[in-house]
Amino acid sequence: MTAIPLGVPRRLVEFTIDGQEARVPEGSTILDACRAAGKDVPTLCEGDTLRPKNACRVCVVEVEGSRTLVPACSRKAEPGMEVRTGTERARHSRKIVLELLASSVDLSTTAQVAGWIKEYKAKPDRFGPDAARLGEEPKVDNELYVRDYDKCILCYKCVDACGDQWQNTFAISVAGRGFDARIAVEHDAPLTDSACVYCGNCIEVCPTGALSFKSEFDMRAAGTWDETKQTETTTVCAYCGVGCNLTLHVQDNEIVKVTSPHDNPVTHGNLCIKGRFGYQHVQNRD
Amino acid sequence: MRKRQPKTYTRLTHPLIRDSRDEPFRQASWEEALDRAARGLARNRGAFGMFSCARATNEMNYVAQKFARVVMGTNNVDSCNRTCHAPSVAGLSAAFGSGGGTSSYEEIEHTDVIVMWGSNARFAHPIFFQHVLKGIRNGARMYAVDPRRTSTAEWAESWMGLNVGTDIPMAHAIGREIIHAGLTNEAFIERATSGFEEYKALVEPWTLSLAEKVTGVPAAAIRELAHAYARAERAQLCWTLGITEHHNGTDNVRALINLSLLTGHVGRYGSGLQPLRGQNNVQGGGDMGAIPNRLPGFQDILDPDTRMKFESAWNTVIQPHYGLNLTQMFEAMEEGELKAVYCIGENPAQSEADSEQAVRRMRQLDFLVVQDIFLTKTAELAHVVLPATAGWAETDGTTTNSERRVQRVRRAVTPPGEAREDIDIICELAARLGHEWKYADAQAVWNELRSVSPDHYGMTYERLEQYQGIQWPCPSTEQLEPTYLHGRLWEADPARRGLPAPFGIVQHDPPVDLTDEEYPIRLTTGRRLDSYNTGVQSGSFASPLRRGEYVELCPEDAERYGVVVGEEVRVTSRRGSVVAPVWVDPALRPGLAFMTMHFPDEVDTNQLTIEANCPIAGTAEFKASAIRIEKLPVATIVR
Repeated sequence: MTAIPLGVPRRLVEFTIDGQEARVPEGSTILDACRAAGKDVPTLCEGDTLRPKNACRVCVVEVEGSRTLVPACSRKAEPGMEVRTGTERARHSRKIVLELLASSVDLSTTAQVAGWIKEYKAKPDRFGPDAARLGEEPKVDNELYVRDYDKCILCYKCVDACGDQWQNTFAISVAGRGFDARIAVEHDAPLTDSACVYCGNCIEVCPTGALSFKSEFDMRAAGTWDETKQTETTTVCAYCGVGCNLTLHVQDNEIVKVTSPHDNPVTHGNLCIKGRFGYQHVQNRD
Repeated sequence: MRKRQPKTYTRLTHPLIRDSRDEPFRQASWEEALDRAARGLARNRGAFGMFSCARATNEMNYVAQKFARVVMGTNNVDSCNRTCHAPSVAGLSAAFGSGGGTSSYEEIEHTDVIVMWGSNARFAHPIFFQHVLKGIRNGARMYAVDPRRTSTAEWAESWMGLNVGTDIPMAHAIGREIIHAGLTNEAFIERATSGFEEYKALVEPWTLSLAEKVTGVPAAAIRELAHAYARAERAQLCWTLGITEHHNGTDNVRALINLSLLTGHVGRYGSGLQPLRGQNNVQGGGDMGAIPNRLPGFQDILDPDTRMKFESAWNTVIQPHYGLNLTQMFEAMEEGELKAVYCIGENPAQSEADSEQAVRRMRQLDFLVVQDIFLTKTAELAHVVLPATAGWAETDGTTTNSERRVQRVRRAVTPPGEAREDIDIICELAARLGHEWKYADAQAVWNELRSVSPDHYGMTYERLEQYQGIQWPCPSTEQLEPTYLHGRLWEADPARRGLPAPFGIVQHDPPVDLTDEEYPIRLTTGRRLDSYNTGVQSGSFASPLRRGEYVELCPEDAERYGVVVGEEVRVTSRRGSVVAPVWVDPALRPGLAFMTMHFPDEVDTNQLTIEANCPIAGTAEFKASAIRIEKLPVATIVR
């Protein structure tokens, strides 16, 4: 009758990565093992609090005996597996993925991507300026957060965070098929007419900055956003008694963004509208 | 529809003083303000009360209660725990000897049955509810017991929309059904509880059909819940203010605890009782002794050994009796026995039931010093106002959450103007009143607390950082205790099992404020998702969800009164009257209205609520007032 199994001790799986012995607990992914071994495998759609979506294919590696390249973020490590992370084939595939994404989407606020483009010698410009997929204005329909779909790589992380994996609000989803696929709320309405509860848990997982705090959006527009001048301090939310951990991003003594540690036992990186956006009262200073 | 912006408050940056309440405030130096505050308190020794802050850190609460007990020689110290969960603490400690929730959030993800009783956690505790949702996704069945069909109830297997204030009949009927169906955990009852026979006799009259009559919930639904709860391998019983904010809140809590004793759903992984606390540190404030009956570490003042320990640690004499709680302090103001109050970070002028009465009583004080980050309605009544820092973002320290987890709070921004940390200010006042306390920082306070509270001894700041918070009890610096409390009840050895948990013998007592022909509608209160308490804090951010205060009616009642959404109506109770616009909510039932206390500067809901208090815990019956709705003579439809 009890809903969960009582958890058996996890065995260690032994296999090789680039010829080196690797040992990880059963159930770990190839990506977990690569990270533990200090290998830099690029990822975009992978989220540490979300189930793998296999959407971006930038983390692909070669596995001996496998006809196709496999996504490291979702493929579980198996005993005796021979994984190669830096083969010509894997690197070429990553390069193409980066070129296709960077030519069609604005990746200017995607962490680390500039370094990968350089490392893989990707040339997104070769597809010409017409490759840009959308070319539309950012959607600014409320005071809390902005949706800039020119920056969206359709990784689905926001959909999963809003849906059954965490928030269970189901305000955002994928609309359209094929080339017309895009992230939207029902009937592509403004957020204020949607089911959105402004928890911002989609912003928390967005890898490209397509979803961002309005404070960040405005400061970027004004040219004042400067992450080198920001401090990050983790404290506890001042609202209800649940005790969510908040990481306050502070620039010039102003809170400019709020996140939550993804490994926190209370929040797992999730917050509600009050914790995420309800900080203004502290800085109503005059 | 009219766009309404709640009053926004700006930060206090300088001390404010005035000679009498008729004068406006003038800015003062810290020296002058502190001297004046010290004089005001000194001349009222013996008639002093401390309102500590359930929103500030543990360290601040520790120093505040020490100020009351050592500097002012009184146990009159309390906080807004009194207006919310004091009955949970009273009920749980009467049954188990400890006032904390018995389970952890993680456990609810691995349980079989979840009962959410009088709790709209989806709105009031959204991140806790994510753990509930994980549990539901893992196969748990959730039951919602609430007069309103809330967004929490939308996730339930079954929603039991009981009449306001009929929680005890509901609980007793469930208990009786469990007994009659032979689903009790006999071994647990035999070994770990006392008073079962009396309880059995108590619930015997509460047949399912009688319960249906009283609660309005179909007998079959009550039976289903009873069987699901009793048959589950693991079950969690969670509640919020729908249980506690009644004139018999502690009895309500005892009635729920009885069900866990009957079935053995306590003291095991995944089985437990979870009161969801309303403020970031309402658990910690009580743990730190900022309540009139307990010393830090939730140790009883009446125990001579405990007193002796603290007397030698603090070099003082502790009054060997309980102090006045918040409710009693307000009554003592009325009688002139309490003349000076030091109020830190609380806003009782707007948060107390029957707020007009609360304001009138505070006006009678000889001296009121308020320490806050804003000039609240309460601060406007003060003689001296001291600007403080925001506990959660401008100070270092710890807070304790609903699952007893002590977590580090850190300073992220610099406070404005001359605002100072609460602990500094209290120590300055203590020094002026003859007690030189030297704390280098919050950690020094915490280490002093650790030395007197065995439950906190193992929690060094380093370990709190390492584990992202530690749940009490934590007596050892070497190991961690289980995530749940009261595992002792399952011990085979009677000595280790300790005191049995008594069944609470509590009787049904309907709400004090009866509905009748003149006041036919039952008004209940609660929170909305994007707002918080009196709105001083949450009113400042631009929430797209905020629509201000409304009196929410069901579609049938709205039609009966001939009112539409946005139309202003007069809402009158036996205590006061306010004008509020109408909102229509199909989650309500005929005869039931809903309001919040988030916008008291727009609509002062607490003018309507009744100050009928729980005799044990002192919590007022915010959840049940009788009102009438009157259409205004000329319809002022606001569009």
